[in-house]
Amino acid sequence: MTTFEYPAVELRTSPHIKSEITTPIIMRNVVYALLPLVIYAFVLFGLSALSLIIVTTAVCVITEYVFCLLSNRPSTLSDWSAVITGILLGLVLPPGFPLWMAAVGAFFSIAIGKVLFGGLGYNVFNPALVGRAFLQAAFPTSITSWTPAFFAGRFTSFIPSTLALPFGKPPSLTQFIQERAVDGFSGATPLALFKFQGITTDSFKLFTGMISGSAGETCALLILLCGAYLVVRNMLDWRITAGVLLSVFLLSGIFYVLNPQRYPSPFFMLFSGGLMLGAVFMATDMVTSPTTPLGVWIFGVAIGVITVVIRLKGGLPEGVMYAILIANAFVPLIENLTQPRVYGTVKRKETVKT
Amino acid sequence: MSLASQWTGVKTFPRGIHPPEFKEMTEDKPIRRLAFPPELIIPLSQHTGAPAKPIVREGQEVVRGEPIAEPSGFVSVPMHAPATGVIEKIGLARDARGTMSPAIFLKAYPGATQEVLYGKDVNVDALSREELIKAVQSTGVVGLGGAAFPTHVKLAVPEGKSVDTVIANGCECEPYLTTDYRVMLEYPADIIKGLQIIMKAMGVQRGIIGVEDNKLKAVEALTPHLPADGSISVQVCKTKYPQGAEKMLVKALLGREVPSGGLPIDCGAAVFNVATLAQIGELLPRGQGLIERVITITGPGVTRPGNFMTALGTPLRYVLDFCGYKGDDLAEVILGGPMMGVSIGTVDIPITKGITGVLVMTRDALPSALADLATDETRALPCIRCASCVKACPMGLNPSALGALGRKGEYEDMAKHYHLFDCFECGSCSYVCPSSIPLVQYFRIAKAVVRQKQAAAKS
Repeated sequence: MTTFEYPAVELRTSPHIKSEITTPIIMRNVVYALLPLVIYAFVLFGLSALSLIIVTTAVCVITEYVFCLLSNRPSTLSDWSAVITGILLGLVLPPGFPLWMAAVGAFFSIAIGKVLFGGLGYNVFNPALVGRAFLQAAFPTSITSWTPAFFAGRFTSFIPSTLALPFGKPPSLTQFIQERAVDGFSGATPLALFKFQGITTDSFKLFTGMISGSAGETCALLILLCGAYLVVRNMLDWRITAGVLLSVFLLSGIFYVLNPQRYPSPFFMLFSGGLMLGAVFMATDMVTSPTTPLGVWIFGVAIGVITVVIRLKGGLPEGVMYAILIANAFVPLIENLTQPRVYGTVKRKETVKT
Repeated sequence: MSLASQWTGVKTFPRGIHPPEFKEMTEDKPIRRLAFPPELIIPLSQHTGAPAKPIVREGQEVVRGEPIAEPSGFVSVPMHAPATGVIEKIGLARDARGTMSPAIFLKAYPGATQEVLYGKDVNVDALSREELIKAVQSTGVVGLGGAAFPTHVKLAVPEGKSVDTVIANGCECEPYLTTDYRVMLEYPADIIKGLQIIMKAMGVQRGIIGVEDNKLKAVEALTPHLPADGSISVQVCKTKYPQGAEKMLVKALLGREVPSGGLPIDCGAAVFNVATLAQIGELLPRGQGLIERVITITGPGVTRPGNFMTALGTPLRYVLDFCGYKGDDLAEVILGGPMMGVSIGTVDIPITKGITGVLVMTRDALPSALADLATDETRALPCIRCASCVKACPMGLNPSALGALGRKGEYEDMAKHYHLFDCFECGSCSYVCPSSIPLVQYFRIAKAVVRQKQAAAKS
């Protein structure tokens, strides 16, 4: 009988193999999926949109890094989640949004929206939307100052408000839009046009995103394609997106059937504003959405319903952001009430405390 | 049963995972007989239950197949001499857990024929149910799928319970392992025979052999041997881990669920591994005992992987040497499959009844996520609540919530509110977790702590 040398081995508990999909890989793929939207934002709105997204991303990354330093923890930048927050925040701001305000918003997103809760995985609200909600409250005028798509000279010059000085009053865009706008492209967003002037925008324009709006939220088609990439890679929960879109379509469809003069068509509701970006990339944020199979549907439908109610009955033209933030707050409750039935048990036990 | 399974006829259970199979290394290698080692070590406790009592003394000569230890109770089985030779001593030997336990040391005679002469033919048809259960016990057969639970114990249906279906488990959902697959290909008649014996012993009219759809050749091999009366059928299950867990198999084949904390018998089913049935089918009619089993030796750490008929008690060192054990760059030697197997610290242990295979992993072959973990325990990232584990857990638990509690040491809360004890540690959650959180490992700790506390409260 032989006596081979038996080297030191590692003793580990099962399982001894592991899926190669890791959190940084998931996050990196979300970034890949967002890049086409960044490029399209650049095509529509030029340098201003691009620099906006770069600034928000850079500030988010730097903020996270600084907080890691301050709290004496290893840098968490390698998980790529700060990059996602940065890009998403840039995408949901008006393209001519002053860069210094964007930087403040990005800082707020990471500092208040994420790090304060304990970092990745512990935040209750979507950090990018926390930042945007803060900006909406702090700078209500700038965040509703829209620029038409395809304005002349967008690749060579900035929208005047982009480079506004900190704490100064950003220049008005009225004159700029009159000078630069291509025929047929208005400065107001389709939702605002509808809400305040009763004008509906052509569905095809909405679907392809050749309208004014936030930097990256305009093209429903592109957003759906990018989302489909993540769904195929099993990195995005399509049920949430489906829940949001279906409930918006059905609820606004009911309103439309009851009174087509007063309420917009369900297609208009689907493809306008930030709904598509919200439904595909914001509501599906893993950290701030439920983990239970039934919970994700409830969560999605809740976002859809709140969005329609705000848009049609509230004072604001757009409600996706608040809808998602409100639904975020209910995630622990939703999860509690929708714990899946365990194999071999008759019924879910009484609700549990968390 | 899902809609999809009704359309395709392929049975399955909800959730589960799809790890790479790695079966191609050994699946086409016929079972070969491994040479007898000069010395065999037969632990007296290689099954669940009371250890066997030796009935031989030092220096006694035994022939292959002769009983050398008798059961010490109902939940116990006899041992038979795996080779003709002389009893060297009865002493302590190291087992897979690393502890020392009593064992019979047997020196094989190099010149012996090693023919199994021991045993008297049994007329199965003439035996009553009780006599059959006794006959199964005397074969020394235990669950060869890894559990090593004495088979005859499962045959005694307790008062007030009834069984309508006996399931033969041919799923072998663990990656790498091909033991059951080869047994189904090469001993189909024995499996059917064994299943019929079990059905008779339990008084059951229906038998189902469940086979995953990556082993359709096994279905082809089994089908011609099915009895004409239609009492036994082969059903194809989806290839999915852990399809071979008995709870999942019962759900897939019968659409029933084993009640929480119960056994398959509580929902009218009994599940037996195909290798177990093959041994009963072969041994019981001849009145013989279990002296060998098929094991898969595989993994990137051996140069000659394969499926081997191995005499029980063969030292693992001897087996690995035969298979071209590389030695260098070694990461782990695992008994069983990579999902639920146990890694061992020494190769100086014998092959026992419950060992289905030996997987030798090298450092290169380990997934990078796991390799990272090994070098730095703090590599686990925060839970991003991706719900991968919720979608994976075959029991419908919420590993994400359980893991969060586990991290905080809230073990009792896990047991009370999150069904901790329904977890059977298949490891699917840890496998899929993108943040490399050691979920099932937390659950094991939690179970141990809660059990300890419960025991302390009782005493």
